[in-house]
Amino acid sequence: MAERSRPGLLERREARAAYVFIAPWIIGFIVFTAGPMIASLWLSFTDYSLVEPGQVVGTANYQQLVDDPRVAKSLANTFVYAAMFVPLGTAVALALAMLLHRVGRAAGFFRTVFYLPVMTPAVAAGAMFLLLLNGQRGLVNQVLGWFGVTGPNWTTDPAWLKPSLAVVSLWTVGGSIIIYLAALNNVPRQLHEAALLDGAGPVRRFVSVTLPMISGALFFTVITHTIAAMQMFDQAYTMFYGPQQKSTASDESLVYMVYLFQNAFEFFKMGFASAMAWVLFLIILVITVIQVRVGNRFVYYEGGSTR
Amino acid sequence: MSVDTRPVPPFTEPPPKPEPEGPSTPVGPPGRRRRLGPGAVLRWLALLVATAAFTYPLIWLVSASLKPKSQVFDNRLVPETVQWSNFVEVWDAGPVLRWLLNSGAVSVMAALAVTLSSAFVAFGFAYFRFRLRGPLFGLVLATMMLPGAVTMIPVYLIWHRLGLVDTQVPLWANNLFGSAFYIFLMRQFFLGIPRELFEAARIDGCSQLGLFRRIALPLCRPALIIVFIFELQASWSDLLKPLIYLQTEEYFTMPRGLKQVIDGFALSGEYHWEIAMAATLVATLPMILVFAFAQRYFLEGLATTARQG
Repeated sequence: MAERSRPGLLERREARAAYVFIAPWIIGFIVFTAGPMIASLWLSFTDYSLVEPGQVVGTANYQQLVDDPRVAKSLANTFVYAAMFVPLGTAVALALAMLLHRVGRAAGFFRTVFYLPVMTPAVAAGAMFLLLLNGQRGLVNQVLGWFGVTGPNWTTDPAWLKPSLAVVSLWTVGGSIIIYLAALNNVPRQLHEAALLDGAGPVRRFVSVTLPMISGALFFTVITHTIAAMQMFDQAYTMFYGPQQKSTASDESLVYMVYLFQNAFEFFKMGFASAMAWVLFLIILVITVIQVRVGNRFVYYEGGSTR
Repeated sequence: MSVDTRPVPPFTEPPPKPEPEGPSTPVGPPGRRRRLGPGAVLRWLALLVATAAFTYPLIWLVSASLKPKSQVFDNRLVPETVQWSNFVEVWDAGPVLRWLLNSGAVSVMAALAVTLSSAFVAFGFAYFRFRLRGPLFGLVLATMMLPGAVTMIPVYLIWHRLGLVDTQVPLWANNLFGSAFYIFLMRQFFLGIPRELFEAARIDGCSQLGLFRRIALPLCRPALIIVFIFELQASWSDLLKPLIYLQTEEYFTMPRGLKQVIDGFALSGEYHWEIAMAATLVATLPMILVFAFAQRYFLEGLATTARQG
């Protein structure tokens, strides 16, 4: 094959074939991502409601966003839930992964056990935990009672609605356990032995050897869990919302996505809901950027940082 | 870090270490394995408690779904009275069989569509070299950060305009165009195939589509299965899309139907939790079965994700 200075026949052919392969994604990106993004941005400046053609209302939706106390409330609820679940979920998953790491071959069995709840559909988990967390007769409070603890009214006391959402999420933390366990198994043995020889105690070894070596996995799960927590919907809607609860539901369980969904598909305020969606996007973007910035300072990439 | 490469000088006496550890022992302070010290006892105790916390709710569910109405909350492991009729009555709470079949069809379609399209696109990004590869793949990754809420309403309007609201098409059709995370995952697998294999096939006259179909796909079967089952589970579990798109009870998926059953009891003010729990079990069981058969792939897939992350 002759040397070519300009893109030659073969290269052009290769590029053409490449675009055939990625064409589905490009079409999908235009139709289901880029186009809708533009449309949603435009909608957010209108009072579109599905029944009536929308009028351009300028920044009225964004003004209303600031004025509507339920937007602020739902955002605060979402933050509180995320602030409870993400650190707690990470800590619990890491602790369990470290336990599994020490039990040798039995780890296989426990991996299965811990992952099983993840297979439970969110609606099913929500329904089950409505009963398990029942204040008077639920199993959780019964077990707490054995230890002399009087459990709260998880599902009815406004102060306990977000913790009960976090409990259900905590139950499905199995994916992180598997990820951490895999990361722990990849920590080279020699590192621990070297640290041991240098006289490092268990705490020191954890902080100086284990944590840096699994920081990549921790970083990945914290970011994905935060993004998911900000968009929490299924469980909250299952447990606390529905046609019957519109008036009775306490705003303490109103997470952002539930309120957005209600605005879009129950009140048909689609312009307003689009504005909410863009605000959520910006918030997630800012959080993720901060996390990546902070993370890059702590995350140890084997073979040097690639980014 | 340079610690790992430093050889242990032979004259350094290691701390008292009665016997070397077996080769299969995972990392841990040496010498702690053979006997069950207080640490090990505590560890096993903690694991036992965790195991109970993770499995007991499911066991409780099975038990509760077999109890009469008055005993659902007695929290006994074995029901005092076993009421099998709950599983007969659950079919009257709604067209549950219909919902199950709907969920099965939708999630298989969704999983099949996303697996094939993502593999196809991923091959384009893995095998070919072209000028916009870097930026375009960056764009693929960037879409992972976009919350579904941003596109949710316009996409609904598209399906509305096409007259496909209140059909199951919107629940899977956009999977035909690949999904960012799966494209990323499949690409990693394709990159692991030695390039010489493709080149040899090219010389033998294999077409580019042939490279994908005859080499890449067969070699990455585990990856295909991983993508398939992850999407199967995600699609089965989803509540938001069925809530948005489905109004006719006949078309509901199982989670949407389950929500309807629970709401129905709430609306009537008379809670038949035993029926609700039977329906919950019916919604969960298929996924437990999938897990039983494909466990290996779920766990492998997650471990791979961890390495990529």
